[in-house]
Amino acid sequence: MSQDIDKPYPRADGRAKVTGQARYSYEWPIAGVAYGVLVTSPIAKGRILSIDAKEAEKEPGVIAVLTPANAMKLPGGARPADGGDRVVQVLQDDRILYSNQPVALAVADTFERAFHAAARVQVRAQPEAFTVRLDDELRAAFPHDIRNSAGLQPADQSRGDVDSALLQADHRIEAEYGTPPETHNPLEPHATLAVWNGDHLTVYDATQGIFGVRKKLAHAFAVPPEQVRVITKFVGGGFGCKGSAWSHVVIAALAAKQLGRPVKIALTRPQMFGMVGGRPITRQRISAAATKEGRLTALRHQSLSSTSRFDDFIEPAALVSRHQYKCDHIQTLHRLVRLDIGTPTYMRAPGESSGSFALESAIDELAHELGIDPVELRLRNYAEVDPTEGKPFSSKSLRRCYELGMERFGWQKRSRRPELALRAGKLVGTGMATAGYPANFTKASALARMNPDGTVVVQSGAVDLGGGTYTVMAQVAADALGIPYDRVRFDLGDTQMPEAPRSGGSITAASVASAVEAACRNLRQKLDALGTLPTAPVEALGEVAPQEDRKKYALHSFGAQFAEVEVDPELGMVRVVRMVGVFAAGRILNARLARSQFMGGMIWGIGMALHEHAVYDENLGRIVTRDLADYHVPAHKDVVSIEPVFLPVEKDEIVDPAGVKGIGEIGITGAAAAIANAVFNATGKRVRSLPITPDKLL
Amino acid sequence: MRLFTFQRAAEVSEAIAAAPGAAFLAGGTNLVDLMKIEVLNPERVLDISRLQLREIAVRDGGLQIGALASNTAVAEHEEVRRRAPALSEALLSGASPQLRNSATVGGNLMQRTRCAYYRDLATRCNKRQPGTGCDAIGGWTRMHAILGTSESCIAAHPSDMCVALYALDAAVRVRGPSGERELPVSDLHLLPGDHPEMEFALGPSDLIVSVRVPLNDLAARSRYVKVRDRQSYAFALASCAAAVQAPGGVVRLARFALGGVGTKPWRVPQAESWMQGRPASRETFTRAAEMALQGARPHRDNAFKVELAKRTAVRALMLSAGAQA
Repeated sequence: MSQDIDKPYPRADGRAKVTGQARYSYEWPIAGVAYGVLVTSPIAKGRILSIDAKEAEKEPGVIAVLTPANAMKLPGGARPADGGDRVVQVLQDDRILYSNQPVALAVADTFERAFHAAARVQVRAQPEAFTVRLDDELRAAFPHDIRNSAGLQPADQSRGDVDSALLQADHRIEAEYGTPPETHNPLEPHATLAVWNGDHLTVYDATQGIFGVRKKLAHAFAVPPEQVRVITKFVGGGFGCKGSAWSHVVIAALAAKQLGRPVKIALTRPQMFGMVGGRPITRQRISAAATKEGRLTALRHQSLSSTSRFDDFIEPAALVSRHQYKCDHIQTLHRLVRLDIGTPTYMRAPGESSGSFALESAIDELAHELGIDPVELRLRNYAEVDPTEGKPFSSKSLRRCYELGMERFGWQKRSRRPELALRAGKLVGTGMATAGYPANFTKASALARMNPDGTVVVQSGAVDLGGGTYTVMAQVAADALGIPYDRVRFDLGDTQMPEAPRSGGSITAASVASAVEAACRNLRQKLDALGTLPTAPVEALGEVAPQEDRKKYALHSFGAQFAEVEVDPELGMVRVVRMVGVFAAGRILNARLARSQFMGGMIWGIGMALHEHAVYDENLGRIVTRDLADYHVPAHKDVVSIEPVFLPVEKDEIVDPAGVKGIGEIGITGAAAAIANAVFNATGKRVRSLPITPDKLL
Repeated sequence: MRLFTFQRAAEVSEAIAAAPGAAFLAGGTNLVDLMKIEVLNPERVLDISRLQLREIAVRDGGLQIGALASNTAVAEHEEVRRRAPALSEALLSGASPQLRNSATVGGNLMQRTRCAYYRDLATRCNKRQPGTGCDAIGGWTRMHAILGTSESCIAAHPSDMCVALYALDAAVRVRGPSGERELPVSDLHLLPGDHPEMEFALGPSDLIVSVRVPLNDLAARSRYVKVRDRQSYAFALASCAAAVQAPGGVVRLARFALGGVGTKPWRVPQAESWMQGRPASRETFTRAAEMALQGARPHRDNAFKVELAKRTAVRALMLSAGAQA
């Protein structure tokens, strides 16, 4: 048996990426491809009266301007393909449902000409009353169940009697926390290239899930799924926004069909704000009570988040309170509010990142109120079983994460009370929070083939968002077959390969690694039966799916985040000078790549805590921070020392056959709270509404 | 981007002769950016980047900076760092290294506002399309000006460099068809008034050829402080360039200019002269900063700038004076 698993191989695709050889969806060299640039709505709501494209059509190189008036009617209609699919706006009617909605497409022979033509298109619309303010629609808030990678979960869940427990408490805190709308903005914007060949469609798409895109397009054009091929070899970041097939995907295929030539569309940066989702605004109220010894006696977590008028997406922020701490009386509630905005979507740790900000800030407030060290308070309420459902954890190493984190961070030296600890004129503070994310696993399949020369190709229709799927799956295969890593090539991103899940909810490593192991095990059996080296390629399929047994357990990754901040006492600028995050996430497949994943999550936590805010102009119903100069994410100088630490092996034979928990999302959870708690420790100011900008600390 | 004619000037005189109706292209970091989003749509682009206007030299008691000197070259110039540190600090606090390598002093003087509405063709903007109205007023105003605004425009001036040049009493040398003239930098930028589209006191054939910064003991003490939403690559919420001479703890001479809060860099001479003869103390500087901010008209999201700008000015004045907190 080789020991290729766990080895910190560099990214298999790294060289291709840094030398420009990696082919992203927009870049496939397809003969005769035309460039489409979307025209988007300047208003938030109304009806299109007319679209004047005369000026645009006169511009050199312009091939066509497609509008609801002349775009072909989709044979399958614009409705979602299934429950997990989004409602899209694809030039089928005159409705304007949100600002920046696609309303037309300019197609030309170059990108620049198409862009210029799109700017010449005049949209006349009859505006209607709208709102993007949560407060305007609070009365119409409604409960909504949660459907995510972990399955279907009820909007509300209650254990014990929270009201009485709150009344009888020694100590109680109650506070409201807010997170703003945020947008993903991967460096590679959404892009789709569509090519029709008769009734067969090939689409190169920047997506996290090729099979979802296939289903959507097959549905829209009323063709069998086998006639749609989706290819995604490289993705320049997804983070959730590429988890759905949005309007531009269908519009690209529509334009290619109608114009009889390949068409590609890439969203411009300002178009990334509205039509492709983002994290919705959340408003969360937490009531918590504890005995004076620090035993949590009641916890209520109510979360309100926004969605669009026409589709349901829920940010399940209160879920985190169902699993995190031992408590006899827990109530969690989720409410949705409809606004005239584009539909929000999954954004790195949807629910857990925003929810952990509220819960972990509240626990910090309680610790301060009780005069108990924040880590100690968490240890006193350590959940040995899932506190809401009473199920045992499949594995949980959170205690070790706290210990290791305290040691690495030097937590014991911390000053308990917020006080003026000045370092070169700056206030210094430290804070921590618990991290956690469900260990998701779903149906997946893979094909392994050994060639006569002894090399192996393993295929699965997964994608690599940049996390390292190419690399770790080759390692898993090499290990399962007992051959060297360099003899294995893993290929992905094509619907002609065995089906794999959409890459979201930290599900790919767990599911696809299990499928790859199964395929390789089956291949090995065939080879063993053969007895000699094969003279022709030998193939074997591997398929995995969750077993009933899994439902008996609570399945999560856990971690502990620690942060140190420096705050300018007069000018309010905050700098996170140090972060230590310790994570226990099952079996780690590649330490080098895992480190990058955790680190990326933690850095995003800095952005969530201090920077990110997609600002809506309430008069226009439009996001006005429409580029990366106005929509802030951390710059290099904001990132000082980030130290991700992880337990190399957390044995878990229950989560999935591969024993992998998935690490794409846990790195951001708890991070914003740890930073906000550090800001409180430094300044005595509790900022409950993100981001923590200088004005909030004046 | 709309089709345009591209020309290149080999001599300053050639550039001036060809100027009417054209946009001068130097580093391109601002002009090209705005052309790409079709906010600026010149029919002709006149490339002046090869003109011999890059020199940075000390001459006649002043710093002479060619209009095409890059932000990086100025910021890292030894004489600038030593004798006008606020200018170096201001430049280094702006943009990113890549942009600073390309951006020029002349271009920075001409930098357009970063008002989000100015850059969004779907909104109304009097600066972009005169007379259409202003969606920023009553909209999201966190990044907007509180000083020098009008009923037509509240766009903040974006430059850091200009704030330092204001405090340093710099002058801009302009060449036009009838020869060269010099104007104080504070006269270059116009207040929006009823015509926010008119931003500069320049004629259609005027070309900025250089900037002159007087070098003296005051300039040598100058400092720049910038407050922003992240540690780098962000526009100022408030900034201040300040220079204080206070032998024996008494202010002899003081100057300061505020950034991020005005429709142009903001300087109030009365606040400066008021400090003369008073102790170089936090109290004096606070009062002077308050005087400079008199008449501030905050909007919904930027009321904090009044207090923040005051604190920023106090910090910069204290730093320059070498006073203890």
